[in-house]
Amino acid sequence: MNLLRYPLIKTLLKNRWPQFTIMLVALAGFLLAVLSGLFGTPVGSRNFGIVFVWIAWWAILMLVAVPFLGRGWCSICPIPAPGEWLQRGKLLGPGEFNHRGHGENQKKGSVFSVVKPLNRRWPKRFRNIWLQNGTFLLVALFSAVILTQPRVTAIVLAAFLFAAVGISLIFERRAFCRYLCPVGGFIGLYSQLAPVEVRVVDTAVCASHVEKTCYTGSVNGYGCPWDVFPPGMVKNTYCGTCMECLRTCPHDNIAINIRPFGADLSVERNRKLDEAYKAFIMLGAAAVYSTVLLGPWGALKLAAYSVGGLPWLAYAASFLTFILLALPGLFWLTVWAGKKISGSALPVKESFVAQSYALVPLGLAAWAAFSLSFVFANFSYVLAALSDPLGWGWDLIGTAGVTWTPWLAGLTPFLQVGVLVGGFIWAAVTSRKIAAEKADSAQAVKLSTPVIVFCLAFTLTLMGLLVA
Amino acid sequence: MKRIVVSWAVLGAAALLVAFAPFNLQPVTSNVERIFRVEAGDFAYSPAVLHVNPGDNVTIKLVATDVVHGLYVDGYDLSVIAEPGQPAVLSFTADRPGTFRLRCSVTCGALHPFMTGKLKVGTNLLLWRGIGLALLAFLGILTLRSPGLPIVH
Ligand SMILES: [Cu+2]
Repeated sequence: MNLLRYPLIKTLLKNRWPQFTIMLVALAGFLLAVLSGLFGTPVGSRNFGIVFVWIAWWAILMLVAVPFLGRGWCSICPIPAPGEWLQRGKLLGPGEFNHRGHGENQKKGSVFSVVKPLNRRWPKRFRNIWLQNGTFLLVALFSAVILTQPRVTAIVLAAFLFAAVGISLIFERRAFCRYLCPVGGFIGLYSQLAPVEVRVVDTAVCASHVEKTCYTGSVNGYGCPWDVFPPGMVKNTYCGTCMECLRTCPHDNIAINIRPFGADLSVERNRKLDEAYKAFIMLGAAAVYSTVLLGPWGALKLAAYSVGGLPWLAYAASFLTFILLALPGLFWLTVWAGKKISGSALPVKESFVAQSYALVPLGLAAWAAFSLSFVFANFSYVLAALSDPLGWGWDLIGTAGVTWTPWLAGLTPFLQVGVLVGGFIWAAVTSRKIAAEKADSAQAVKLSTPVIVFCLAFTLTLMGLLVA
Repeated sequence: MKRIVVSWAVLGAAALLVAFAPFNLQPVTSNVERIFRVEAGDFAYSPAVLHVNPGDNVTIKLVATDVVHGLYVDGYDLSVIAEPGQPAVLSFTADRPGTFRLRCSVTCGALHPFMTGKLKVGTNLLLWRGIGLALLAFLGILTLRSPGLPIVH
C-alpha cells in the first residue's frame, strides 16, 4: 500500500518545512546535549546530555523508530544538517538549479559564499560499510565511559558534528552518513526489517526518463543525498528516507509502501560480507553489553570503564576477539555443518554471507531486550533532566525533584522474554527461507538447521543474561 | 493439509500452556529467616546474587564501603539507602517468586546506572517459560518444515 495516495501525507513529506522544522528542533536538542555535557554537572544521571541521548533518544530509536520506520531517524538527524547546508549553499530547496547545488543566488558575504565545497566522489574502495563497522567498534570499546560521562558524550557528539561538516565539504552528498556514521550503519542494517520502504512505482517510467532527476537533482530537490539510484533500489539499507526523490521525480513515480516486516531479508541481490559483519558486530555487542553492563559482575564493569588500563586492554581484546573472530567463526562452522549434512553444492562463503541476514532480526531483538532492561528503569531521570538540564539546581518545568523510580520494573522481564522468543522465531524462519532460495525443501531444512540451533543458543544465552 | 493444521493447533496449544499455565512449583512457605550482609562499593554488590525461597523472611544489611549507595528491589518496589559507616537494614517477606534485579537507587558515580544485583526467589518460572517457548518454536520450525510458512507475515 502506497502511503502517498493520501494527499495529506504526501504534502507533509514533499514540503521541506515539516522536515526542516523537526531537524532544527533536533539540532537544538543536540546542541543542548553537547553544551550540558561540557558545562553541566559531571553526574551522568543528572545531565541532560547523558539522559537524553542514552535513555530518551536511545529508547525511541531502538524500540520504536528503527523497528517501525527503519531509517526514519536519519531523515531528521541533525548531525549532517550543518554540513549539508554548507555543501548545498542553502538551508532549504535548491531553487534555481545549478549542478553543484550551491553558489549563484546567494547573498554576498554570507557564510555560503565563502565556503567552497569540493564535491569529490567518495573513494571507490571505501564504498562499503567496513569503515562504518570500524567506527562503531571504536565507539563501542569506549562505551562504558561514553554512556556515563557527560563530558565524553559531549565530545563524541561534537566530533560527529565536526566530522560530518568536514566530510560534507570535501565529498559530495552525505558521505558521512553513508560510509562513516557508527549509528547510521546499524540503523541501515535493521531498516531492512521495517514495515515501510521508499521505492519507485514503475521502473519503466524511470527507464524512459532521460534526466534521472532523482539522482542528479532538479529545481525541486537535490539528487539523492545518499548516493542511491532510486530505480535500482531493492532494499532499505542505504535509503535515508530523506524524501528528496519524492521532490525531484517529475513523474510522481515514488512510493512509500507499507510492506511486511523484514521484506528486504528475502532479497537475494546485494548480500555482502561487510553487511554480514555488521550483523555479527551488532549481535556480539548486544551480548557483551548484556554481560558487562547489566550483569552482576562489578569487576567487568570497572574493566570496561578504566580506559587505557590493563583490565580495559584485556576487555577490549576479548571484545574484539569475540565479535570479529569467535562469533563469525562459530557461525562459519554452523554454515559449514549445514552444507555437510545437506550435501548442498553452494560454497560455504556464499551461504555464510546469505545466512548472516538471519541474524538481523535476532540482533534487533537482542538490542531491544537489552535496552528494555535499563530504559524504563531509568526513565524517571528524563523528567528531572528536562527540568534541570545542566544539573545546576534549576527547575524549569517543576519536575527537577522527581526522584528515581523505576517504571514497569515488574513487567520488563516478561517483555524481554517475549521479544527474544519473537526474535528467534523470526531469525529461524528467515534462515529457512534463505536456505530455500538455492535448495529444495528437504535440503533447505538440513542447510538451515545448524544456523537455527545457533540462533536458539544465542537467544537462550541472552535470556540467561537478562532474566535469569 | 489437515496434518499441518493439527500440528499447528497442537503447537499453539503447547505454547499457550507454557506461556500462561499457572504452574505452582513453589513449596509451601517455610518462613525461614534469611539474613544477608551485602557490601556495596565500586559499582557492585557483594554478594551480587541473593538466593531465597518463597515465603522466607529476608533481611538485607546494606553496608556502603565507599560512598552512599542504595538498593532497590525490582518487582517488590522496596528500597534502602546506606551511608558509609552507617549500615541500613531492609526486611521483607519474599512472597513473590522469580528473579528480581537489585539496582542502586542513589547516584553514586559514573557507573551508577549499571550497579545491579539479583534477588532470586525460588524457581524463575519466567525463565523456564521462555526456554520452553523457544524450544517449542524450534520444534515447530523443524517439524513444520515447509519453507516460508506464514509465521511472520
Ligand atoms: Cu551505588
